Amino acid sequence: MRIRSTRCLGAWDWGDDVVRVSDEVRRLRKRFEARAEESHIWDAVQLARNPDRPYTLDYAERLFTDAFELRGDRAFSDDEALITMLARYHGQTVVAIGHQKGRDLSERTRRMFGMPHPEGYRKAIRAVELADRFGYPIITFVDTPGAYPGVNAEERGQAGMIARSILAFCQASVPIVSTVIGEGGSGGALAIAAGDRVLMQQNSIYSVISPEGCAAILWKDSGQARKAAYAFRPTANACLDLGVIDRIVEEPKGGAHEDVDAAAKFLDDAIRQSLQQAEMIPAAERRRARRAKFRQMGVWGVVDEPTIQDF
Amino acid sequence: MTPVEVNVERQGGEEGGGRRHPNTCPECRSHYRDDELRHAQRVCAQCGHHFVVGAMERIDQLVDPGTFVEIGGDLRAADPLAFVDLKPYTDRLMDAELQTGLGDSLVAGYGRIVGRDAALAVMDFSFMGGSMGSVMGERFCLAADHAVAYGIPLISVTGSGGARMQENILALMQMAKTVGAVDSLREEGLPYISILAHPTTGGVIASFASLGDIVIAEPGALLSFAGPRVVEQTTGEKVAADFGRAESNLRLGQLDAVVPRRELRGELAKLLTLFSPTEDEPTGDREPLMTIVEGDANPIDKVLGRLGLGRRRG
Ligand SMILES: [Zn+2]
Repeated sequence: MRIRSTRCLGAWDWGDDVVRVSDEVRRLRKRFEARAEESHIWDAVQLARNPDRPYTLDYAERLFTDAFELRGDRAFSDDEALITMLARYHGQTVVAIGHQKGRDLSERTRRMFGMPHPEGYRKAIRAVELADRFGYPIITFVDTPGAYPGVNAEERGQAGMIARSILAFCQASVPIVSTVIGEGGSGGALAIAAGDRVLMQQNSIYSVISPEGCAAILWKDSGQARKAAYAFRPTANACLDLGVIDRIVEEPKGGAHEDVDAAAKFLDDAIRQSLQQAEMIPAAERRRARRAKFRQMGVWGVVDEPTIQDF
Repeated sequence: MTPVEVNVERQGGEEGGGRRHPNTCPECRSHYRDDELRHAQRVCAQCGHHFVVGAMERIDQLVDPGTFVEIGGDLRAADPLAFVDLKPYTDRLMDAELQTGLGDSLVAGYGRIVGRDAALAVMDFSFMGGSMGSVMGERFCLAADHAVAYGIPLISVTGSGGARMQENILALMQMAKTVGAVDSLREEGLPYISILAHPTTGGVIASFASLGDIVIAEPGALLSFAGPRVVEQTTGEKVAADFGRAESNLRLGQLDAVVPRRELRGELAKLLTLFSPTEDEPTGDREPLMTIVEGDANPIDKVLGRLGLGRRRG
């Protein structure tokens, strides 16, 4: 999103009066302020992390038939924080990819609370390539606090593997629909979220860092997470306003965990319709179209003259 | 994308209680003069420690004199979230611009390296920790667009603590956006050379910076997704002193080379030659007179400039 404005954002204009922002930014801010009151940002954060909230496998069970889990990255191990599967969805074969948190303590430990290592992303890349080879649509479920920040993960190339996973999504010629179903935590989430259509469940969150992490760095106190969440608005509404997602998926009253079947029904409708939309893009143009979609993300201003002259 | 707080110079002026000469090398404790250090490309003459280099100085070091032209220099960060932490985002932007003279944490453009054309995207760690926001992402894409339009390679030099939290989700999306730009180079069969300087962490290393056809790092650079402190705090693991350093990354197979700054321009020239068609001598004069690049302030000025004419400003 490019804002045409005359000399408004450079330092030289900030002297006496406050920044004169363009109408577009002002409109966005107005909407945020109006919605911040009603949307209870912190409630969404809590609901997104509710331990009873349905996870990828809960939805897979209700949306798909004949699921066959694809395991292992063919190089190092099988990362259970991220699952990939072949399945039938409304009569067609699809590849599903999703983070998976655990229900009880032992499963949570086994699945690293849904925080993948590089091998998880390598497995995701393998699944994307398989889908691309056979022309199967890809459906992803995003639900992670973030990629695992451990020494081993770093040594095995966590950063590079996240980058390569995003690239694999960019390059796929098959339709991709991604839905944030809980926590969309930073690069570890985006690694499987670069879809033709990106959806968010009503009570899910999507952010560049956790509210706690943001508070720890900017407020120097992770106890200020609530304040941080209010300031950076990780909600579905905000993401929709900013043009980052295409659609908000309704949840049953009280949140998805109150009625998993109903939540799955809403999700099913949204994914099916979004998939139909994504399928309308000709296969030959899908890669470019997806690139163009992400290219327009961001908000910036233009000043009259560059501060640094060509030299 | 936990942005990492990195002590850039690892200087620790007060450490040990004693007062230290302000120009002390953090590695070998030798003293230096500012002009000497700059002349030595900010590499310690005694021990070879690589100090952080700003974007414009880096461009001076790498590009043939007088050949660099900036693209997208007129872009400035907006503040759509009206973000305020201990200080409003707009104040932080203003401080950073006044301090560095840059409009954001990345300078995009094009120039020649030993006679060969290349598009350039050079980051500056001193602008808000080299954080990646909307402007940084767009400028990187403009550099990639230029590479595609002219069929020339793209070279990036990164130094970043990660994504810019004040732009939250839009900052995160710059990862997908910049990876898309790399994809457009791949589709056109154009080389992308990524140079990682200290520190390159978080969202930048987890997106375009890792995707170079060639990935080169500077000695001692910290290159990791999560910073050492975040790793220690979240996992309780003990982090070794060489954690995430360029040399460890080379050993672990994440890099093609660790190249000292003094040799960087020469290595880049060699690579540009290797990637160019054989027998294609650098002519340095193949540029079309005019193409319009999105984000250019005024293409007419550029054409006039190239013809050696000028247009009166204002
Ligand atoms: Zn030294």
